[in-house]
Amino acid sequence: MSIRILYFARLREDMGIAEEMYDLPGESCDVSGLRAQLAARGGASARALGQGKAVRVSVNLELARSDTPVKAGDEVAFFPPVTGG
Amino acid sequence: MAVRVQREDFDIGAEIAAFRRADPGIGAIASFIGLVRDLNDGVAVASMTLEHYPGMTEKALSGIVADAKQRWDIIDALVIHRIGELRPLDQIVLVVVTGAHRGAAFAACEFIMDYLKTQAPFWKKEQTPQGTRWVEARASDDQAADRWSEPQAK
Repeated sequence: MSIRILYFARLREDMGIAEEMYDLPGESCDVSGLRAQLAARGGASARALGQGKAVRVSVNLELARSDTPVKAGDEVAFFPPVTGG
Repeated sequence: MAVRVQREDFDIGAEIAAFRRADPGIGAIASFIGLVRDLNDGVAVASMTLEHYPGMTEKALSGIVADAKQRWDIIDALVIHRIGELRPLDQIVLVVVTGAHRGAAFAACEFIMDYLKTQAPFWKKEQTPQGTRWVEARASDDQAADRWSEPQAK
């Protein structure tokens, strides 16, 4: 099951990519589980998404919490705390 | 309700005139204009680049305006937010709220800005003499948004 992941602002620069398709190994997971899986890949993913980084997440264009579920076909975005206005 | 994300500048007078549409039920219009300053955290800012998350931004702003209309007895609200490269003196954001009376219009205008600051997916990157830097979110903005979580009088 595949999801689309987007990165914005500092996270996009840290990751070196704006988006990727990612295959979830399990049936389903939640936002914190997905983040941990991505960070476990090491390299840029660990630097951008590792523990201690201020990261906000949206699922299907809605701000998400760490326990928000993620399923096949979802669009998930990782980004820093917002600074508009 | 109207929400726009655009590169172009906006004309406050023209926007307000178009938004009120000569509705005689409007007795009050509250507005807020956010501007680019030439100094942030003690560092000179030559310009800034604003990026956003297309699709989510419009949804978030529409949600904030809908929330304001639920909470206060206002007639309507307009939000315009610019993206791209901006320089000191440039306008960044416009919020206009129309209502029968000023109290609700003032409160809803402030609420929309406080929520926009903490929930709408925009990010600023500043160009300074020391190089470029991403603007850090402020705890004071979270506190400003949090105070609306307390029970409000309509």
